Amino acid sequence: MNKEILIAGFGGQGILFSGKFLAYGGLIDGKEVSWLPSYGPEMRGGTANCSIILSDNKIGSPIVDKPDVLIAMNAPSFDKYITEVKSGGMAIVDSSLIDKKSERDDVEAYYIPATRLASENGLTGLANMIILGLFLKKTNLMTDELIDKVMKKIVPAKKPQLYDLNMKAIQLGFNYEA
Amino acid sequence: MSEKVLMKGNEALAEAAIMAGCRHYFGYPITPQTEVAAYMSKRLPKIEGGVFLQAESEVAAINMVMGVASTGKRVMTSSSSPGISLKSEGISYIAGCDLPALIVNVQRGGPGLGGIQPSQSDYTQATKGPGHGDFRLIVLAPASVQEMVDMTVKGFDLADKYQMPVMLLSDGTMGQMMEPVSLDISEVKTYEKPWAVTGTKGERKPNIVNSLYLKPDELEKVNFERYERYAKIEKEEALWEEYKMEDAEVCIVAFGVAARVSQNAIDRAREKGIKVGMIRPITLWPFPKEALKKASEKVNKFISVELNMGQMIDDIRLAIECKKEVLLCNRTGGMIPTVENVLSKIDEAIEGGRK
Repeated sequence: MNKEILIAGFGGQGILFSGKFLAYGGLIDGKEVSWLPSYGPEMRGGTANCSIILSDNKIGSPIVDKPDVLIAMNAPSFDKYITEVKSGGMAIVDSSLIDKKSERDDVEAYYIPATRLASENGLTGLANMIILGLFLKKTNLMTDELIDKVMKKIVPAKKPQLYDLNMKAIQLGFNYEA
Repeated sequence: MSEKVLMKGNEALAEAAIMAGCRHYFGYPITPQTEVAAYMSKRLPKIEGGVFLQAESEVAAINMVMGVASTGKRVMTSSSSPGISLKSEGISYIAGCDLPALIVNVQRGGPGLGGIQPSQSDYTQATKGPGHGDFRLIVLAPASVQEMVDMTVKGFDLADKYQMPVMLLSDGTMGQMMEPVSLDISEVKTYEKPWAVTGTKGERKPNIVNSLYLKPDELEKVNFERYERYAKIEKEEALWEEYKMEDAEVCIVAFGVAARVSQNAIDRAREKGIKVGMIRPITLWPFPKEALKKASEKVNKFISVELNMGQMIDDIRLAIECKKEVLLCNRTGGMIPTVENVLSKIDEAIEGGRK
């Protein structure tokens, strides 16, 4: 197994956090893992992205320039990376912020209005986890048990309410008919 | 064995330094290494004897390092490229005083203020001229978060063993990325430091730490002695890793993140039946000359993969005594060679070889 994932959007959307969630999933699952964020001034409102690789083998380059799966959370990222997705790969798109559709017939594309769903369900700021929920369903990458373990690991012990909110967001995305 | 944890390279190296016995950190913020200082500022004040100090400048920080080093305590500073240039005077003084210290450079693009994205363009500075005068640094080049940890521990050890400054030459990628890492550090050696300036208590003659010699014959003598130590290091301390070199016809030479990209390119090329391997220098000084010389007897061509304008290529040519052609595959200014960049250079090497 070798899965290269690119999550891209605006700084502040929780791009790095959802990447971290996947990386911890790989770690707990005994996989080789790498997590590489974009860094610098672009994080404050500009574009941010995060390369995650989960693999059974030792990972070479940590840079994902040809993803198996693209999670796009803003229009510039969609435009920039949709052409880079591997043939036979997957794209998951926040359709409340991106009104375009993929024109590639060799890429499975799924659309979810994650940002709108977040604000309608009292989960403002958790569009990243809603879209991640759909990702987890479509890729079958983590079991329910593993999702629970990772969430417990990653949510600060001092803020247990975040566990429920994040889990609710993941479930919302998981159950969305895309 | 301890459980693996996910950590950023910058944070992992900071924790490793603490585990190696470093209780003194002096620095000044600069992207992309600021997490080192941030981590130290949280951890060190909670440890007995721990001192974290954000200095007023890089120059001040390196001189604080010199001060603590002269007392025999393990000490470090970290910065990124422009900050290291500022520290170079102090690094020269530390070398001139024969003091151990760890200096971390998480490189970014240059020259000048350059950019903030990953780079290896301080290779020449680190390996040839990290300050004025006749001296060397041991230069360690980690290629994973685990190596950020292991090389930090190793760096403190070598610094004490040879009484000299050691540089951990990393880059923005290694500093910012997270990978699973084991902080299970098996052994931390300690060294007697009879030269340290710790107060005589009226019981011994004062120790003097100094780099000023007004009599040229005296200065020549200490420089000669220092270079005898360097010769021993060149003979005994070179580290490298070989990847798929057994039957290789083309040898990639790359360190740090360039080696990680090259690994993918090698795997892909081998799927097409191209016999390519890699020698990854882990110490940049001493440079693994013997390994390269040995490889030059077997392979047809070398490719240097670097995040700079080809600063390592002359060292490769010297090591192999110009017996084989060395091609360059490089990006610079904060750009990183892609797997495709390296693959097309491998193709060029193979096609050139058939002519």
